[in-house]
Amino acid sequence: MNSGAEAMVRARGLRKEYGKDESLVRAVDRVDLDVAPGESLAVMGPSGCGKSTLLHLLGGLDRATAGELWLAGRRIDQMSERGMAALRRDAVGFVFQAFHLMDELTAAENVELPVLLAGRSPRTARRRAAELLDQVGLTDRARHLPTQLSGGQRQRVAIARALANRPQVVLADEPTGNLDSEATLDVLRLFERLHEAGQTLVIVTHDARIAATADRLISMRDGAFIDETRLTGGTSGQLGALLNLDG
Amino acid sequence: MQQEVVLALLAKEPSHGYQLRARLRQALGPLGDAMNDGQVYVTLTRLEKAGLVTSERTAGMPDRPDRKAYALTARGQQRVAEWLAEVSWPKPDLAEFHLKLLAAAAAGLADPVAIIDAQRRELLRRLRDAQRAAMAEPDGSEAALLLEGVVLRLQADLRWLEACERSWTGRKVRL
Repeated sequence: MNSGAEAMVRARGLRKEYGKDESLVRAVDRVDLDVAPGESLAVMGPSGCGKSTLLHLLGGLDRATAGELWLAGRRIDQMSERGMAALRRDAVGFVFQAFHLMDELTAAENVELPVLLAGRSPRTARRRAAELLDQVGLTDRARHLPTQLSGGQRQRVAIARALANRPQVVLADEPTGNLDSEATLDVLRLFERLHEAGQTLVIVTHDARIAATADRLISMRDGAFIDETRLTGGTSGQLGALLNLDG
Repeated sequence: MQQEVVLALLAKEPSHGYQLRARLRQALGPLGDAMNDGQVYVTLTRLEKAGLVTSERTAGMPDRPDRKAYALTARGQQRVAEWLAEVSWPKPDLAEFHLKLLAAAAAGLADPVAIIDAQRRELLRRLRDAQRAAMAEPDGSEAALLLEGVVLRLQADLRWLEACERSWTGRKVRL
């Protein structure tokens, strides 16, 4: 299959190099990847393994040195800058470790912004933001500035913003990296709900908790994939085995 | 089922076996699903033989047969007090896994990194299941707190596996 039509994300021989000759670094080294529609995929690895670079390539934030890349059936590795910008706005939702909210805008305005940038009316934007803030449980914080919110609340606003234009894929880079245990659980719950609603998700992380919510887990080292695991259909129904209760 | 757990549940007041079972189910939530229904009765019988509990047959309701009510003996009460004062913590068998890696490498029987990968897959599946169970528990559930402990332990084990992998990845293993 060369069209990449069935996969939501498809990469072949994807490579990203920095520097040259002696100092050449292959941040992403000949990666092949297929993410099915509605699938939740986690890429795990130590910092510096290339997972963030990979995510940036998949979302069109950065360009690959070589390889082919499709998003929702469209070949994007040779797309124009303009086309890439529209793609990032309409087809991809990004969630970052450091939230990247606009500090001068309220929670609601942060969520409205991408809707307005996509050319929708202010009324549509307001309605969409209200709907999403309700989904992430922050209706009562809609008029707060990011600095008035906890880390967990900021990340929930960022997730609402990522969903603003109903993206085909949500790409998350260490979404729980700056959060305490309680806030992490809130984000895990949100990602589980998104997954159940059929959202395609790619999460890069070194947090085993968020990785464990995925259907499939890929381990990455030195820019390459070294191991792949399907996490579904595991120990279900035998939770007691975790405690040796059956002994 | 650990005998002391059943003994301690009788410390408040004498109970029927089915009451103890219900209490355990409430405390353990989905983790108690693996518990065999007969286990509590087997344990009670052992405790009675050991002289730590006594039983008394009580008249059944119209819709139920006669049932035994269990109560602690003086020795049973003493054992509960001792158990509460004991400091113990479940031991995960890290040494066994560590020695398995060493033996596999020394004998050239298997790649330690492959063993680590297999172990990680298993722990991640358990983490997924425990987390899902934790998220499904209502606020303030007793079992949620237990599940949080399970999740934290699995995270610690996974971190140790990362350290194992870093250490073994560099070593030369002849297969």
